[in-house]
Amino acid sequence: MATLFRLTICILMLWTGNAYCQSEMVPIKGSTYTPLYGRDSLQVSVSDFFMDVYPVTNQAYLEFVKEHPKWKKSQVKRIFADENYLSAWETDTSIGKSQSLQSPVTHISWFAANDYCACQGKRLPSIDEWEYVAMANESLADARRTEAYNAYILSWYEKPQTFRNEVGSTFKNYWQVYDLHGLVWEWTYDFNSVLISGESRKDVDKDSNLFCGSAAVGATDLMNYAAFMRYAIRGSLKANNNMKNLGFRCVKDKIPPK
Amino acid sequence: MKINSYLTILFFSLFSLISCSEKDSSAEETTSTESNEISETSIFNLTTEWNTEEGNRIELKDLNGKTLVVVMIYTSCQAACPRLVADMRNIESQIPRNLLPEINFVLVSIDPETDTPSRLKAFAKENLMDGEHWTFLQGTEEGVREFANVLAVKYKQISPIDFSHSNIISVFTQKGEMVHQQEGLGVDNKETVSKIIETLGS
Repeated sequence: MATLFRLTICILMLWTGNAYCQSEMVPIKGSTYTPLYGRDSLQVSVSDFFMDVYPVTNQAYLEFVKEHPKWKKSQVKRIFADENYLSAWETDTSIGKSQSLQSPVTHISWFAANDYCACQGKRLPSIDEWEYVAMANESLADARRTEAYNAYILSWYEKPQTFRNEVGSTFKNYWQVYDLHGLVWEWTYDFNSVLISGESRKDVDKDSNLFCGSAAVGATDLMNYAAFMRYAIRGSLKANNNMKNLGFRCVKDKIPPK
Repeated sequence: MKINSYLTILFFSLFSLISCSEKDSSAEETTSTESNEISETSIFNLTTEWNTEEGNRIELKDLNGKTLVVVMIYTSCQAACPRLVADMRNIESQIPRNLLPEINFVLVSIDPETDTPSRLKAFAKENLMDGEHWTFLQGTEEGVREFANVLAVKYKQISPIDFSHSNIISVFTQKGEMVHQQEGLGVDNKETVSKIIETLGS
Protein backbone atom coordinates (compact mmCIF):
# COMPACT_ATOMS: atom_id res chain seq x y z
CA MET A 1 0.00 0.00 0.00
CA ALA A 2 2.84 2.35 0.88
CA THR A 3 4.46 1.62 -2.44
CA LEU A 4 1.21 2.35 -4.16
CA PHE A 5 1.01 5.63 -2.34
CA ARG A 6 4.51 6.60 -3.30
CA LEU A 7 3.86 5.62 -6.87
CA THR A 8 0.82 7.86 -6.93
CA ILE A 9 2.73 10.82 -5.60
CA CYS A 10 5.43 10.24 -8.12
CA ILE A 11 2.99 10.05 -10.98
CA LEU A 12 1.06 13.05 -9.78
CA MET A 13 4.25 15.04 -9.67
CA LEU A 14 5.14 13.95 -13.14
CA TRP A 15 1.69 14.82 -14.25
CA THR A 16 1.56 18.28 -12.78
CA GLY A 17 5.08 18.88 -13.95
CA ASN A 18 3.93 17.93 -17.37
CA ALA A 19 0.77 19.97 -17.19
CA TYR A 20 2.76 22.94 -16.09
CA CYS A 21 4.85 23.07 -19.19
CA GLN A 22 2.05 22.03 -21.50
CA SER A 23 0.98 25.35 -22.87
CA GLU A 24 -2.67 26.22 -22.68
CA MET A 25 -4.46 26.06 -26.04
CA VAL A 26 -7.42 27.92 -27.50
CA PRO A 27 -9.71 26.91 -30.36
CA ILE A 28 -9.33 28.69 -33.69
CA LYS A 29 -12.31 28.63 -36.02
CA GLY A 30 -11.17 27.90 -39.53
CA SER A 31 -12.12 29.87 -42.62
CA THR A 32 -10.99 30.89 -46.06
CA TYR A 33 -8.84 33.97 -46.53
CA THR A 34 -6.38 35.61 -48.87
CA PRO A 35 -2.93 35.55 -47.29
CA LEU A 36 -1.32 38.91 -46.74
CA TYR A 37 1.16 38.30 -49.38
CA GLY A 38 0.02 36.51 -52.47
CA ARG A 39 -2.19 37.10 -55.44
CA ASP A 40 -5.69 38.38 -54.82
CA SER A 41 -7.18 35.31 -56.40
CA LEU A 42 -5.19 32.99 -54.21
CA GLN A 43 -7.41 32.02 -51.34
CA VAL A 44 -6.39 29.46 -48.79
CA SER A 45 -8.59 27.43 -46.47
CA VAL A 46 -7.77 26.74 -42.86
CA SER A 47 -9.61 24.05 -40.87
CA ASP A 48 -10.53 24.37 -37.23
CA PHE A 49 -7.60 23.80 -34.91
CA PHE A 50 -6.17 24.59 -31.49
CA MET A 51 -3.22 26.90 -30.97
CA ASP A 52 -0.89 27.43 -28.01
CA VAL A 53 -1.73 30.68 -26.27
CA TYR A 54 1.95 31.50 -25.79
CA PRO A 55 5.19 30.66 -27.54
CA VAL A 56 7.11 27.78 -25.90
CA THR A 57 9.07 29.12 -22.93
CA ASN A 58 12.62 28.45 -21.76
CA GLN A 59 11.13 26.58 -18.83
CA ALA A 60 9.00 24.27 -20.94
CA TYR A 61 11.89 23.57 -23.28
CA LEU A 62 14.17 22.90 -20.33
CA GLU A 63 11.79 20.17 -19.15
CA PHE A 64 11.76 18.80 -22.67
CA VAL A 65 15.54 18.47 -23.00
CA LYS A 66 15.73 16.81 -19.60
CA GLU A 67 13.33 14.16 -20.83
CA HIS A 68 14.89 13.96 -24.27
CA PRO A 69 18.67 14.18 -23.85
CA LYS A 70 19.27 13.98 -27.57
CA TRP A 71 18.09 17.60 -27.71
CA LYS A 72 20.60 18.84 -25.12
CA LYS A 73 22.92 21.33 -26.70
CA SER A 74 25.96 19.18 -26.02
CA GLN A 75 24.35 16.15 -27.62
CA VAL A 76 22.34 17.45 -30.52
CA LYS A 77 23.52 16.28 -33.94
CA ARG A 78 24.68 18.97 -36.33
CA ILE A 79 22.36 17.81 -39.07
CA PHE A 80 19.43 18.76 -36.82
CA ALA A 81 20.83 21.98 -35.35
CA ASP A 82 23.82 24.16 -36.13
CA GLU A 83 26.30 25.40 -33.56
CA ASN A 84 24.01 28.24 -32.45
CA TYR A 85 21.47 25.81 -31.01
CA LEU A 86 20.48 26.99 -27.51
CA SER A 87 23.59 29.13 -27.55
CA ALA A 88 22.10 31.61 -25.09
CA TRP A 89 21.76 28.89 -22.46
CA GLU A 90 24.53 28.57 -19.94
CA THR A 91 24.63 24.77 -19.81
CA ASP A 92 22.65 21.80 -21.05
CA THR A 93 20.07 22.20 -18.33
CA SER A 94 20.30 25.78 -17.09
CA ILE A 95 19.56 28.93 -18.97
CA GLY A 96 21.77 31.36 -17.07
CA LYS A 97 20.96 34.24 -14.78
CA SER A 98 20.52 36.94 -17.35
CA GLN A 99 17.45 35.26 -18.78
CA SER A 100 13.95 34.50 -17.68
CA LEU A 101 12.39 31.06 -17.58
CA GLN A 102 9.22 32.68 -18.82
CA SER A 103 10.86 34.14 -21.92
CA PRO A 104 10.26 32.36 -25.19
CA VAL A 105 12.90 29.76 -25.99
CA THR A 106 14.97 30.84 -28.99
CA HIS A 107 18.04 29.55 -30.81
CA ILE A 108 15.90 26.58 -31.75
CA SER A 109 16.12 24.71 -35.03
CA TRP A 110 13.12 23.58 -37.06
CA PHE A 111 13.95 19.94 -36.29
CA ALA A 112 13.96 20.65 -32.57
CA ALA A 113 10.72 22.63 -32.69
CA ASN A 114 9.09 19.96 -34.82
CA ASP A 115 10.08 17.18 -32.42
CA TYR A 116 9.05 19.17 -29.36
CA CYS A 117 5.54 19.59 -30.73
CA ALA A 118 5.34 15.94 -31.79
CA CYS A 119 6.27 14.86 -28.28
CA GLN A 120 3.39 16.90 -26.87
CA GLY A 121 1.02 15.25 -29.33
CA LYS A 122 0.95 18.50 -31.27
CA ARG A 123 2.57 19.86 -34.42
CA LEU A 124 4.00 23.08 -35.80
CA PRO A 125 1.46 25.38 -37.47
CA SER A 126 1.50 25.73 -41.25
CA ILE A 127 2.30 29.17 -42.65
CA ASP A 128 -1.34 29.55 -43.66
CA GLU A 129 -2.55 28.71 -40.14
CA TRP A 130 -0.05 30.96 -38.45
CA GLU A 131 -0.76 33.91 -40.73
CA TYR A 132 -4.49 33.35 -40.30
CA VAL A 133 -4.37 33.74 -36.53
CA ALA A 134 -1.77 36.49 -36.78
CA MET A 135 -3.96 38.78 -38.86
CA ALA A 136 -6.10 39.48 -35.78
CA ASN A 137 -5.69 42.40 -33.45
CA GLU A 138 -7.40 42.73 -30.05
CA SER A 139 -10.90 42.96 -31.47
CA LEU A 140 -10.92 41.93 -35.14
CA ALA A 141 -10.22 38.54 -36.66
CA ASP A 142 -8.77 40.31 -39.67
CA ALA A 143 -7.19 43.62 -38.78
CA ARG A 144 -4.85 43.78 -41.70
CA ARG A 145 -6.35 46.94 -43.08
CA THR A 146 -6.18 48.66 -39.72
CA GLU A 147 -3.44 51.21 -39.69
CA ALA A 148 -2.62 50.85 -35.99
CA TYR A 149 -2.19 47.08 -36.39
CA ASN A 150 0.35 47.49 -39.16
CA ALA A 151 2.12 50.31 -37.40
CA TYR A 152 2.43 48.11 -34.31
CA ILE A 153 4.07 45.27 -36.22
CA LEU A 154 6.44 47.56 -38.03
CA SER A 155 7.44 49.35 -34.85
CA TRP A 156 8.24 45.96 -33.33
CA TYR A 157 10.59 45.21 -36.20
CA GLU A 158 12.56 48.25 -35.11
CA LYS A 159 12.63 47.40 -31.40
CA PRO A 160 15.76 45.57 -30.31
CA GLN A 161 15.86 42.42 -28.16
CA THR A 162 12.16 41.87 -27.60
CA PHE A 163 13.00 38.16 -27.36
CA ARG A 164 14.19 38.84 -23.82
CA ASN A 165 10.67 39.81 -22.74
CA GLU A 166 8.42 37.26 -21.12
CA VAL A 167 5.58 35.48 -22.89
CA GLY A 168 2.28 37.27 -22.56
CA SER A 169 3.94 40.68 -22.61
CA THR A 170 2.29 41.72 -25.87
CA PHE A 171 -1.42 41.86 -26.66
CA LYS A 172 -4.09 39.18 -26.46
CA ASN A 173 -5.67 38.94 -29.87
CA TYR A 174 -9.18 38.20 -31.06
CA TRP A 175 -8.57 34.44 -30.68
CA GLN A 176 -7.13 34.89 -27.14
CA VAL A 177 -3.66 34.15 -28.48
CA TYR A 178 -0.69 36.20 -27.25
CA ASP A 179 2.61 37.27 -28.74
CA LEU A 180 2.20 36.53 -32.43
CA HIS A 181 3.63 39.96 -33.04
CA GLY A 182 5.98 41.86 -30.80
CA LEU A 183 8.02 39.12 -29.14
CA VAL A 184 9.80 36.66 -31.44
CA TRP A 185 9.55 35.29 -34.96
CA GLU A 186 8.12 31.79 -35.01
CA TRP A 187 8.88 28.61 -36.92
CA THR A 188 6.20 27.18 -39.16
CA TYR A 189 5.95 23.59 -40.32
CA ASP A 190 6.23 24.40 -44.01
CA PHE A 191 8.56 27.41 -43.82
CA ASN A 192 10.50 25.81 -46.66
CA SER A 193 7.59 26.33 -49.02
CA VAL A 194 8.53 29.99 -49.43
CA LEU A 195 10.38 30.17 -52.70
CA ILE A 196 12.09 33.49 -52.67
CA SER A 197 15.67 32.48 -52.18
CA GLY A 198 16.13 32.68 -55.93
CA GLU A 199 17.89 29.40 -56.51
CA SER A 200 16.24 28.97 -59.87
CA ARG A 201 14.81 31.29 -62.43
CA LYS A 202 11.54 29.44 -62.53
CA ASP A 203 10.88 29.78 -58.84
CA VAL A 204 11.61 33.46 -58.71
CA ASP A 205 8.83 34.17 -61.18
CA LYS A 206 6.29 32.95 -58.68
CA ASP A 207 7.12 35.80 -56.37
CA SER A 208 7.66 38.64 -58.74
CA ASN A 209 4.48 40.19 -57.39
CA LEU A 210 6.36 40.73 -54.15
CA PHE A 211 8.53 43.36 -55.64
CA CYS A 212 5.94 45.29 -57.56
CA GLY A 213 5.09 47.77 -54.87
CA SER A 214 3.21 50.95 -55.58
CA ALA A 215 4.89 54.24 -54.93
CA ALA A 216 2.37 55.51 -52.43
CA VAL A 217 2.71 54.26 -48.87
CA GLY A 218 -0.81 53.48 -47.75
CA ALA A 219 -2.11 50.93 -45.27
CA THR A 220 -1.98 48.20 -47.89
CA ASP A 221 1.66 48.80 -48.61
CA LEU A 222 2.57 48.80 -44.95
CA MET A 223 0.65 45.58 -44.54
CA ASN A 224 2.46 44.01 -47.46
CA TYR A 225 5.76 45.15 -46.10
CA ALA A 226 5.10 43.62 -42.67
CA ALA A 227 4.15 40.32 -44.26
CA PHE A 228 7.02 40.48 -46.70
CA MET A 229 9.45 40.60 -43.79
CA ARG A 230 8.00 37.39 -42.35
CA TYR A 231 8.05 35.57 -45.67
CA ALA A 232 11.56 36.79 -46.41
CA ILE A 233 12.79 35.44 -43.08
CA ARG A 234 11.15 32.09 -43.76
CA GLY A 235 12.62 32.00 -47.24
CA SER A 236 16.11 32.58 -45.94
CA LEU A 237 16.06 29.99 -43.16
CA LYS A 238 17.50 26.51 -43.22
CA ALA A 239 15.98 23.91 -40.94
CA ASN A 240 19.07 23.54 -38.77
CA ASN A 241 19.47 27.29 -38.28
CA ASN A 242 18.98 28.77 -34.82
CA MET A 243 18.33 32.48 -34.40
CA LYS A 244 18.21 34.49 -31.22
CA ASN A 245 14.85 36.00 -32.10
CA LEU A 246 13.21 32.90 -33.54
CA GLY A 247 11.02 30.74 -31.32
CA PHE A 248 7.94 28.63 -31.93
CA ARG A 249 4.58 27.45 -30.66
CA CYS A 250 2.51 24.36 -31.41
CA VAL A 251 -0.97 23.68 -32.73
CA LYS A 252 -3.23 20.65 -32.73
CA ASP A 253 -5.94 19.48 -35.11
CA LYS A 254 -9.43 19.83 -33.82
CA ILE A 255 -10.36 16.29 -34.76
CA PRO A 256 -7.28 14.18 -34.37
CA PRO A 257 -6.72 12.05 -37.46
CA LYS A 258 -8.07 8.50 -36.92
CA MET B 1 -12.18 -3.24 -6.13
CA LYS B 2 -11.34 0.31 -5.42
CA ILE B 3 -7.65 -0.42 -5.47
CA ASN B 4 -8.08 -2.32 -8.65
CA SER B 5 -9.62 0.50 -10.61
CA TYR B 6 -7.05 2.76 -9.06
CA LEU B 7 -4.28 0.61 -10.40
CA THR B 8 -5.85 0.58 -13.82
CA ILE B 9 -5.96 4.33 -13.93
CA LEU B 10 -2.39 4.52 -12.74
CA PHE B 11 -1.31 2.05 -15.33
CA PHE B 12 -2.91 3.96 -18.15
CA SER B 13 -1.68 7.32 -17.00
CA LEU B 14 1.83 5.95 -16.78
CA PHE B 15 1.46 4.55 -20.22
CA SER B 16 0.35 7.84 -21.71
CA LEU B 17 3.23 9.60 -20.02
CA ILE B 18 5.97 7.42 -21.36
CA SER B 19 4.67 6.82 -24.85
CA CYS B 20 6.68 9.63 -26.40
CA SER B 21 9.93 9.10 -24.52
CA GLU B 22 9.71 5.42 -25.27
CA LYS B 23 9.70 6.10 -28.96
CA ASP B 24 12.55 8.43 -28.35
CA SER B 25 14.79 5.99 -26.58
CA SER B 26 14.30 3.33 -29.21
CA ALA B 27 15.30 5.84 -31.84
CA GLU B 28 18.35 6.63 -29.81
CA GLU B 29 19.29 3.00 -29.51
CA THR B 30 19.34 2.53 -33.23
CA THR B 31 21.50 5.58 -33.78
CA SER B 32 23.87 4.71 -30.96
CA THR B 33 24.63 1.27 -32.36
CA GLU B 34 25.47 2.99 -35.60
CA SER B 35 27.27 5.95 -34.13
CA ASN B 36 30.77 4.68 -34.81
CA GLU B 37 29.98 4.78 -38.49
CA ILE B 38 27.62 7.69 -38.95
CA SER B 39 28.73 11.26 -38.44
CA GLU B 40 26.54 14.00 -36.97
CA THR B 41 25.85 15.52 -40.35
CA SER B 42 24.92 12.30 -42.12
CA ILE B 43 21.46 11.97 -43.60
CA PHE B 44 21.46 8.44 -42.17
CA ASN B 45 20.53 10.07 -38.86
CA LEU B 46 17.02 10.48 -40.21
CA THR B 47 14.80 7.64 -39.08
CA THR B 48 11.95 8.09 -41.55
CA GLU B 49 10.71 5.15 -43.60
CA TRP B 50 10.40 5.04 -47.37
CA ASN B 51 9.00 2.78 -50.06
CA THR B 52 11.11 2.08 -53.10
CA GLU B 53 9.75 1.67 -56.62
CA GLU B 54 10.24 -2.06 -56.12
CA GLY B 55 7.92 -1.98 -53.12
CA ASN B 56 10.64 -2.42 -50.49
CA ARG B 57 10.38 -0.58 -47.20
CA ILE B 58 13.67 1.08 -46.25
CA GLU B 59 15.29 3.70 -44.07
CA LEU B 60 17.82 6.09 -45.55
CA LYS B 61 20.66 4.33 -43.79
CA ASP B 62 19.89 1.23 -45.85
CA LEU B 63 21.35 3.24 -48.75
CA ASN B 64 24.77 3.44 -47.12
CA GLY B 65 27.86 2.14 -48.86
CA LYS B 66 27.26 3.84 -52.18
CA THR B 67 27.70 7.42 -53.31
CA LEU B 68 24.24 9.00 -53.46
CA VAL B 69 23.10 11.47 -56.09
CA VAL B 70 19.76 12.81 -54.92
CA VAL B 71 17.05 14.92 -56.51
CA MET B 72 13.49 15.72 -55.45
CA ILE B 73 10.83 15.52 -58.16
CA TYR B 74 7.23 14.46 -58.74
CA THR B 75 6.10 12.33 -61.63
CA SER B 76 3.10 14.35 -62.81
CA CYS B 77 5.34 17.38 -63.22
CA GLN B 78 5.31 18.97 -66.66
CA ALA B 79 7.72 21.88 -66.36
CA ALA B 80 10.98 21.60 -64.48
CA CYS B 81 11.12 17.93 -63.53
CA PRO B 82 11.64 16.46 -67.00
CA ARG B 83 14.66 18.72 -67.26
CA LEU B 84 15.83 17.80 -63.78
CA VAL B 85 15.43 14.14 -64.66
CA ALA B 86 17.33 14.83 -67.88
CA ASP B 87 20.08 16.41 -65.80
CA MET B 88 20.26 13.28 -63.68
CA ARG B 89 20.51 11.10 -66.78
CA ASN B 90 23.11 13.43 -68.21
CA ILE B 91 25.20 13.12 -65.05
CA GLU B 92 24.80 9.37 -65.10
CA SER B 93 25.91 9.16 -68.71
CA GLN B 94 29.18 10.94 -67.87
CA ILE B 95 30.14 8.38 -65.22
CA PRO B 96 32.41 5.58 -66.43
CA ARG B 97 30.32 2.41 -66.69
CA ASN B 98 32.52 0.41 -64.36
CA LEU B 99 31.88 2.88 -61.54
CA LEU B 100 28.08 2.76 -61.74
CA PRO B 101 27.69 -0.17 -59.30
CA GLU B 102 29.18 2.06 -56.61
CA ILE B 103 26.65 4.85 -57.15
CA ASN B 104 22.98 5.15 -56.36
CA PHE B 105 20.94 7.78 -58.20
CA VAL B 106 18.00 8.54 -55.93
CA LEU B 107 14.82 10.34 -56.97
CA VAL B 108 12.64 11.34 -54.04
CA SER B 109 9.02 12.23 -54.71
CA ILE B 110 7.65 15.43 -53.16
CA ASP B 111 4.16 14.17 -53.95
CA PRO B 112 3.94 10.97 -51.88
CA GLU B 113 0.18 10.81 -52.23
CA THR B 114 0.27 10.44 -56.01
CA ASP B 115 3.63 8.81 -56.45
CA THR B 116 3.02 5.30 -55.22
CA PRO B 117 5.68 2.63 -55.71
CA SER B 118 3.90 1.31 -58.80
CA ARG B 119 3.65 4.77 -60.31
CA LEU B 120 7.32 5.38 -59.59
CA LYS B 121 8.18 2.05 -61.19
CA ALA B 122 6.23 2.98 -64.31
CA PHE B 123 7.97 6.36 -64.40
CA ALA B 124 11.35 4.62 -64.07
CA LYS B 125 10.58 2.37 -67.01
CA GLU B 126 9.26 5.18 -69.19
CA ASN B 127 12.37 7.21 -68.59
CA LEU B 128 14.77 4.31 -68.98
CA MET B 129 15.86 4.66 -65.37
CA ASP B 130 14.95 1.19 -64.21
CA GLY B 131 18.53 -0.03 -63.81
CA GLU B 132 20.10 -1.24 -60.57
CA HIS B 133 21.70 2.13 -59.86
CA TRP B 134 18.41 4.06 -59.93
CA THR B 135 16.21 4.26 -56.83
CA PHE B 136 12.86 6.02 -56.47
CA LEU B 137 11.47 6.82 -53.02
CA GLN B 138 7.98 7.44 -51.72
CA GLY B 139 7.88 8.80 -48.17
CA THR B 140 5.27 10.25 -45.86
CA GLU B 141 4.27 13.90 -46.04
CA GLU B 142 6.28 14.61 -42.85
CA GLY B 143 9.22 12.50 -43.97
CA VAL B 144 9.45 14.34 -47.27
CA ARG B 145 9.21 17.73 -45.55
CA GLU B 146 12.01 16.76 -43.19
CA PHE B 147 14.18 15.37 -45.96
CA ALA B 148 13.68 18.52 -48.05
CA ASN B 149 14.77 20.54 -45.05
CA VAL B 150 17.98 18.58 -44.79
CA LEU B 151 18.66 19.26 -48.48
CA ALA B 152 17.50 22.89 -48.15
CA VAL B 153 15.05 22.14 -50.94
CA LYS B 154 11.99 24.37 -50.97
CA TYR B 155 8.68 23.22 -52.34
CA LYS B 156 5.06 24.18 -52.23
CA GLN B 157 1.93 22.56 -53.55
CA ILE B 158 0.33 25.19 -55.78
CA SER B 159 -2.59 23.14 -57.05
CA PRO B 160 -3.83 19.59 -56.52
CA ILE B 161 -1.45 18.33 -59.18
CA ASP B 162 1.30 20.93 -59.28
CA PHE B 163 4.20 21.86 -57.06
CA SER B 164 6.76 24.56 -57.41
CA HIS B 165 10.13 23.52 -56.06
CA SER B 166 13.80 24.30 -56.12
CA ASN B 167 15.94 22.47 -58.60
CA ILE B 168 18.79 21.01 -56.62
CA ILE B 169 20.85 17.88 -57.20
CA SER B 170 22.82 16.80 -54.12
CA VAL B 171 25.77 14.46 -53.82
CA PHE B 172 26.37 12.43 -50.64
CA THR B 173 29.30 10.23 -49.66
CA GLN B 174 28.88 6.54 -48.89
CA LYS B 175 28.29 7.59 -45.29
CA GLY B 176 25.55 10.06 -46.11
CA GLU B 177 27.47 13.30 -45.81
CA MET B 178 26.63 16.02 -48.28
CA VAL B 179 29.61 17.07 -50.37
CA HIS B 180 28.07 18.98 -53.25
CA GLN B 181 24.90 20.65 -54.47
CA GLN B 182 24.11 21.74 -57.99
CA GLU B 183 21.37 24.33 -58.33
CA GLY B 184 19.33 25.29 -61.34
CA LEU B 185 18.24 23.64 -64.54
CA GLY B 186 20.43 22.60 -67.45
CA VAL B 187 23.55 23.89 -65.73
CA ASP B 188 26.98 22.50 -66.47
CA ASN B 189 27.16 19.13 -64.74
CA LYS B 190 30.95 18.81 -64.88
CA GLU B 191 31.58 19.78 -61.28
CA THR B 192 28.90 17.43 -60.03
CA VAL B 193 30.35 14.57 -62.06
CA SER B 194 33.86 15.19 -60.76
CA LYS B 195 32.58 15.38 -57.17
CA ILE B 196 30.84 12.05 -57.58
CA ILE B 197 34.00 10.45 -58.89
CA GLU B 198 35.99 12.07 -56.07
CA THR B 199 33.80 10.41 -53.43
CA LEU B 200 34.55 7.06 -55.01
CA GLY B 201 38.27 7.60 -54.70
CA SER B 202 38.12 8.29 -50.99
